[in-house]
Amino acid sequence: MLDLTYEAPKPKIIAGAKHDWELVIGMEVHAQVSSNAKLFSGASTAFGAEPNSNVAFVDSAMPGMLPVINEYCVEQAVRTGLGLKADINLVSAFDRKNYFYPDLPQGYQISQLYHPIVGEGEVLVELGDGTARMVRIERIHMEQDAGKSIHDMDPHMSFVDLNRTGVCLMEIVSRPDIRGPEEAAAYIAKLRQIMRYLGTCDGNMQNGNLRADVNVSVCLPGQYEKYQDTQDFSHLGTRCEIKNMNSMRFIQQAIDYEAKRQIAILEAGGEIDQETRLYDPDKGETRSMRSKEEAHDYRYFPDPDLMPLEIEQAWVDDIAAKLPELPDDKKARFVRDFELSDYDASVLTAEVESAAFFEKAAEGRDGKLAANWVINELFGRLKKEDHDITESPVSPEQLGGIVDLITKGDISGKIAKDLFEIVYTEGGDPAEIVEKREMKQVTDTGAIESAVDEVIAANPAQVEKAKQNPKLAGWFVGQVMKATGGKANPKSVNEIVQAKLGL
Amino acid sequence: MTRESSLNRFGLSGARDLLRKGEVSSVDLTNACLEAIEGAGVLNAFVHKTPEIALERAEAADKRLAQGDAPKMCGLPIGIKDLFCTKGVPSQAASNILEGFKPEYESTVSQKLQDAGAVMLGKLNMDEFAMGSSNETACYGNVLNPWRRDNDDAQLTPGGSSGGSASAVAADLCLAATGTDTGGSIRQPAAFAGITGIKPTYGRCSRWGIVAFASSLDQAGPMTKSVRDAAIMLEAMCGHDPKDSTSADLTVPDFEAMLTGDIRGKTIGIPREYRMDGMPDEIEALWADGRKMMEDAGAKIVDISLPHTKYALPAYYVIAPAEASSNLARYDGVRYGHRAKLAQGDGITEMYEKTRAEGFGPEVKRRVMIGTYVLSAGFYDAYYNRARKVRTLIKKDFEDAFAAGVDYILTPATPSAAFGLGEMTDADPVRMYLNDVFTVTVNLAGLPGVSVPAGLDKQGLPLGLQLIGRPWEEGDLLNAAQVLENAAGFVAKPSKWW
Repeated sequence: MLDLTYEAPKPKIIAGAKHDWELVIGMEVHAQVSSNAKLFSGASTAFGAEPNSNVAFVDSAMPGMLPVINEYCVEQAVRTGLGLKADINLVSAFDRKNYFYPDLPQGYQISQLYHPIVGEGEVLVELGDGTARMVRIERIHMEQDAGKSIHDMDPHMSFVDLNRTGVCLMEIVSRPDIRGPEEAAAYIAKLRQIMRYLGTCDGNMQNGNLRADVNVSVCLPGQYEKYQDTQDFSHLGTRCEIKNMNSMRFIQQAIDYEAKRQIAILEAGGEIDQETRLYDPDKGETRSMRSKEEAHDYRYFPDPDLMPLEIEQAWVDDIAAKLPELPDDKKARFVRDFELSDYDASVLTAEVESAAFFEKAAEGRDGKLAANWVINELFGRLKKEDHDITESPVSPEQLGGIVDLITKGDISGKIAKDLFEIVYTEGGDPAEIVEKREMKQVTDTGAIESAVDEVIAANPAQVEKAKQNPKLAGWFVGQVMKATGGKANPKSVNEIVQAKLGL
Repeated sequence: MTRESSLNRFGLSGARDLLRKGEVSSVDLTNACLEAIEGAGVLNAFVHKTPEIALERAEAADKRLAQGDAPKMCGLPIGIKDLFCTKGVPSQAASNILEGFKPEYESTVSQKLQDAGAVMLGKLNMDEFAMGSSNETACYGNVLNPWRRDNDDAQLTPGGSSGGSASAVAADLCLAATGTDTGGSIRQPAAFAGITGIKPTYGRCSRWGIVAFASSLDQAGPMTKSVRDAAIMLEAMCGHDPKDSTSADLTVPDFEAMLTGDIRGKTIGIPREYRMDGMPDEIEALWADGRKMMEDAGAKIVDISLPHTKYALPAYYVIAPAEASSNLARYDGVRYGHRAKLAQGDGITEMYEKTRAEGFGPEVKRRVMIGTYVLSAGFYDAYYNRARKVRTLIKKDFEDAFAAGVDYILTPATPSAAFGLGEMTDADPVRMYLNDVFTVTVNLAGLPGVSVPAGLDKQGLPLGLQLIGRPWEEGDLLNAAQVLENAAGFVAKPSKWW
């Protein structure tokens, strides 16, 4: 298991005109559950289909239609809860959240207000500087997504696409434990990572499959600690909720803007109105969407079309037993078994596919060397072409083959880079390529010695200079490498040059 | 009257027996009903007639009968309440807001009836969205009860909300009809029209494809000319439906086979709280008669207490509107049904407001407003949550009675006989709501309840008695109802004036 020796990060301090302020952030993350069918209908959830083609009668709220729970969505929510080390509620229930909007055909969203399926959990959020924040999860509930209203296709009409209507979302509600914009982004990244490991949400923020409502307030230093001791929110400032953000960058910008806005109001003697706000990325500011007074009265009540959702502990245990290794555990194992640095292990475990690639490439090999090659060469090369690991033309076996050739001393690091490029662009078995193209490193000291002798003999003036200034030995090494087409073992060349020059 | 033209006067079991013997055809039965419907326009019971569908199904039924593979209701012409969605046939819940709506699907119950061979004659009038006790809230206009007072031509209500169903069955426009019952909408009109109606246990009949009024209370059931007919039709209507999460996964017994006529040794509870102040003597007398009939049949009569009865009506008029306010939110003019004409500059809010203002009638609006109010922040606990607690207590009252050995509970079905059109609507709406006083408890507790015609009042109008049974024991309940039916010997029919 993970060794939790992390220190908590310092909260972000924003200097106001009068004094310093601290940030307090809680988040409601909406994650689209990975499933083929919707939460209460058999319609497909495929992204990018023709508008209104993935719509069952219940999704379009035809009269008399009834919801029937999709068991797989429940399983995914339970799996997510287990991944966040949270309590699973064996009895939960669905409630209706009532409001009118054209992309909400029923006139209510089926959600879980009173009895969510997942209770309290926690997420360790590392900040990359050796600190990490433990963010408490308050609850996770399942709910239906709404459809999409399109207002910019026609000057007089609005259009509605119900493909998304009824798709299962998990709303993951955190406690106000996040203390700065970077932490907020790191928190979402961590949730995304865990859910991608679990296969419960693809984490695609661009498609809106992962989005967040961010609650931001500011307080004076010391107030947060009082809240922590008492769990009494009155020690904290009034919060504003910034709705529906699906970019890590915008989330950070919005928090930063919002905090400064609130500080300016408070320092001018004003009060913060509890309200819902929207972030405008073009202007870089948040603006009021609706105030507390205008807030909807959602008239939540238990959905009479659905019985309470009862699940068996044995079923939960079965899901738990089949849970994949989670990022924190995997990272700890990589550090332990492959002797990787904390940083390298983090990079490699960021995506489950990268971790799997690395493990295959490193199997039975020098883990550190394999990690270097995966991170520096492969990731670097992929990034250049804007590819991700799943699109890598180099397989783990091929990369492992390159590592083998290096370890055996068959090729130098420099040659290995050439080899990597060949494998990346042309494919093929690395060992065969080395053989065929005569790239094998010269380790025969006799051959190197004669090459050194030749260079020394051809450059007597340089030999004299080198004897005065031993640093010039490098020049000889370079000449020998050039003469051998880079295939000589640089370490041997260096030793022999030193010896021959009598340094 | 010729034989052919009086075929519509048969009930399900009688017609079934003749069909099986080959003495009549389904087409004959169907034509007799279609003719009767044509002649009864003034009753305003059938609002969408489907003679082509009826005859097509009747012909198909006759073939199956001839081949000897006829299912249980093969060839029997019935009417379907407008609340049921019927594929390709207008299904409007008697509301303007569903103007022109023809579903692309068939409700589970009407599909089951079709699968059992029943022939649909058309759609029946009802109170708008099943909200009403007099069938005076329909967009189609009022339904008339075929019954009239002896010395009086006043137009009477058939009750509601399944008023069209009751009127059609009583006037022999069809052999039987579907109804739905949220607070008494099968049993009260059955009593007003001198027919039998059973609301089965909540979860017996699938609600899939039935326009929702109050989801936790709505149940479909048959409205028929006899208890035996009710047993036949209920069996065809009910059964587990995976498309309705509240549908019970229980096997359906052969209800008709359970009509043994023997209730010796059974215990009948008489709840003292159902003796209301100001209840007409005739109702009181009828109740006493019923008690005597059951006793004579060998049952034991006990006085029982259902102490929370007086809170049932208020609780019902919180819970039902609350659910309705949410269920009816989908009628927004966006996807189907009526959409108001908009003025220049009108936006989505105006579209909602105008559409709903035009589409819903006053009773529906009243209940949507009540429901919205009781679910509002600050009122939720005082109304909705409290009503739910009352509901739990009412359910417990019944459970206690059954646990103490009571098999059925006998009550009047309604506090009065059919009243005149306009008589209640002109009064306080609460007076209309009082019609449900004996029936709502059954819905709140999710129990089966049956209304059986048991006598006539002094003015010659039918009166009904209600029997309430244990959950899932409709067969047993119908058996007791048949005993009551036989003992009461109710054979009166309205004399034809239409």
